[in-house]
Amino acid sequence: MSPSLTTRRSAVLSGVHFMSGDEAIAEGAIAAGCRFFAAYPITPQSEIAERLAWRLPQIGGMFIQMEDEIAALAAVLGASWAGMKAMTATSGPGFSLMMENLGLAVMTETPCVIVDVQRGAPSTGLPTLVAQGDMMQARWGSHGHYEIIALCPASPQEAFDLTVKAFALSERFRVPVLLMTDEVVGHMYERVEIPSEVPEAPRRKPRVPPEEFLPFKPDPDLVPAMACAGEGYRIHVTGLTHDERGYPDMSAEAHDRLVRRLVDKIRLFPQEYTFYEEVQLEDAEIAVVSYGISARVSLGGIELARKAGIKAGLFRLITAWPFPNEALFRLAQKVKGIVVVELNLGQMSREAERAVRGQVPVHGVYHAGGRIHTPEEVFQGIEEVYRRCR
Amino acid sequence: MSVKEGKTTPELVSEARHPLERWLRTDRLPHIWCPGCGLGTALSAFLFALEELGWDPDSVVVVSGIGCAGRAAGYLKLDTYHTTHGRAIPFATGLKLAKPELHVVVFSGDGDLFAIGGNHFIHAARRNMDIAVICVNNFNYGMTGGQLGPTTPVGSRTTTSPFGNFEHPFNLVHLAASAGATYVARWTTLDGRRLTKAFAEALSHKGFTFVEVLAPCPTGYGRRNRLSEGLDELRYYQEHMVIRHGADPKEADIVLGKPFLVGKFVDIEKPSYLELYRAKLQELEVGDGACGAVGKGLS
Repeated sequence: MSPSLTTRRSAVLSGVHFMSGDEAIAEGAIAAGCRFFAAYPITPQSEIAERLAWRLPQIGGMFIQMEDEIAALAAVLGASWAGMKAMTATSGPGFSLMMENLGLAVMTETPCVIVDVQRGAPSTGLPTLVAQGDMMQARWGSHGHYEIIALCPASPQEAFDLTVKAFALSERFRVPVLLMTDEVVGHMYERVEIPSEVPEAPRRKPRVPPEEFLPFKPDPDLVPAMACAGEGYRIHVTGLTHDERGYPDMSAEAHDRLVRRLVDKIRLFPQEYTFYEEVQLEDAEIAVVSYGISARVSLGGIELARKAGIKAGLFRLITAWPFPNEALFRLAQKVKGIVVVELNLGQMSREAERAVRGQVPVHGVYHAGGRIHTPEEVFQGIEEVYRRCR
Repeated sequence: MSVKEGKTTPELVSEARHPLERWLRTDRLPHIWCPGCGLGTALSAFLFALEELGWDPDSVVVVSGIGCAGRAAGYLKLDTYHTTHGRAIPFATGLKLAKPELHVVVFSGDGDLFAIGGNHFIHAARRNMDIAVICVNNFNYGMTGGQLGPTTPVGSRTTTSPFGNFEHPFNLVHLAASAGATYVARWTTLDGRRLTKAFAEALSHKGFTFVEVLAPCPTGYGRRNRLSEGLDELRYYQEHMVIRHGADPKEADIVLGKPFLVGKFVDIEKPSYLELYRAKLQELEVGDGACGAVGKGLS
């Protein structure tokens, strides 16, 4: 990396700003040290690309608009292997196009950040309107079995913070990290405070000379060091099942060993990526589980419930994947019922049901998207599950 | 030392080094390619070109897609990337833009680069992206068992055109030239030296450059089209190819049984993507931070 890429101080827009979630994601990326962004225009993501097209060239970075989202993620992976922190951003249709290369990123352990500003779907659906229907695609959209990290901001400030966090996690675990936001958070304007210093997440570099280096031999925490292009290590990187040398190995044993490691390197360290927020849960009988913009709307419903004498609280998922199973299981021991509020017809609610293992009823308050929930709808959901639990 | 003492043979073997050994991951040999396949010839011509260019091997990156040609990257003792089907070009684009001092080469096949990856090819050419693309065209999908591809000549039999192909194929050199490539050549694996020269020219030429290599695939293509041995297809090339440098690539269609053109079709200068990017930033005077990243390594 040339020196200009590491002098980030002037690049970070420290101070207090009034900006949209999309803009905050762009600034979060810059603050985290991202100097490569490739994307294809799509609503409601375009503001991220537009801001980075303006900002990156001025701070020694590279912006390129690719011919489609497949190419956008491919370019991001190439840039990551050239040593840069790299990001792409899209919405549902483009997210679907990225799925094959998402698998390549998982298999080749390529750090990068992928933003999905969710909109109404399936298909072209509601290009300009909100939804949260890509949550399961985020988890299982690529082929094969893998583990991945996905974060869900609920405000422009959190969009900034979690973008920074996403880069740190992607370097820590050598995994693509998904920022699963939505059209409303992407387009809402709020106060965003950008700190004066944002520590840059380091890339794990080889600690042995090239002749001793095995590019896919993991450290004790199961993550291998990463030698990038042009650093003299001359490694082979392939999406085929490979051994520690990076050479293709078509045996069942090698495959099982590799896939298990790719999953375990993340699964074994939940404390490092499991984030959630608890609001008024101390005395709650009903817990609302939600994320993104739906979690903020849920606060209104909880207020209505409390006014009606129902002790409700919010469990806000900040990390969607891996799902915080333990925290949900413990939550279910404290409350009488759980209400999941989301802008799809039941995706994270399935995970919640799995996590609580039948201890309490899980009730979904769903809307397919196009608008956010009203506080009344959330309240009705709380009331219904409250009645059922009595 | 006499043969009887049993030491002569090992010494002779130890002296017989492959001239390109330093470029190869010898621990990965033998390769997977079939007898008679043209990929070995194309790869050695590529490596002879690298020898000729004399670049630091640490500065050369090879990116491949999927397929028989896509396996080439894995045999090279360089930084090599075996990516998803059709996506070698955008991967290489990201790599080059993030580290312009590297020499980035895409080495892949006709199906990978022009069917599933066709869109990326034309857009990289349009941008005059600073990468070299080598396409080993064997007229079919060899890895998957010999199916119809985007370059299969009309009339050819493949496993998915059992009655003969009735799709018109791409004329790759015409496509590359039309899309904006600034160096375009076509040779066959019969012409090792000309191939080496073309590779060296393409790799050292600024912007998006393209070399098509016609290569026999006796297993996938040849045996269904009366070219059962690799040599049969080479003989076909010898009998039908016409060298015409500077010819209009439009006239370079490959039609079964008819003469076809090879040679250097395009060799022009045009500002490359990185050149224009850097020039714009200098014009904007956005400070020393701006040109460092993308300007480095550019002459």
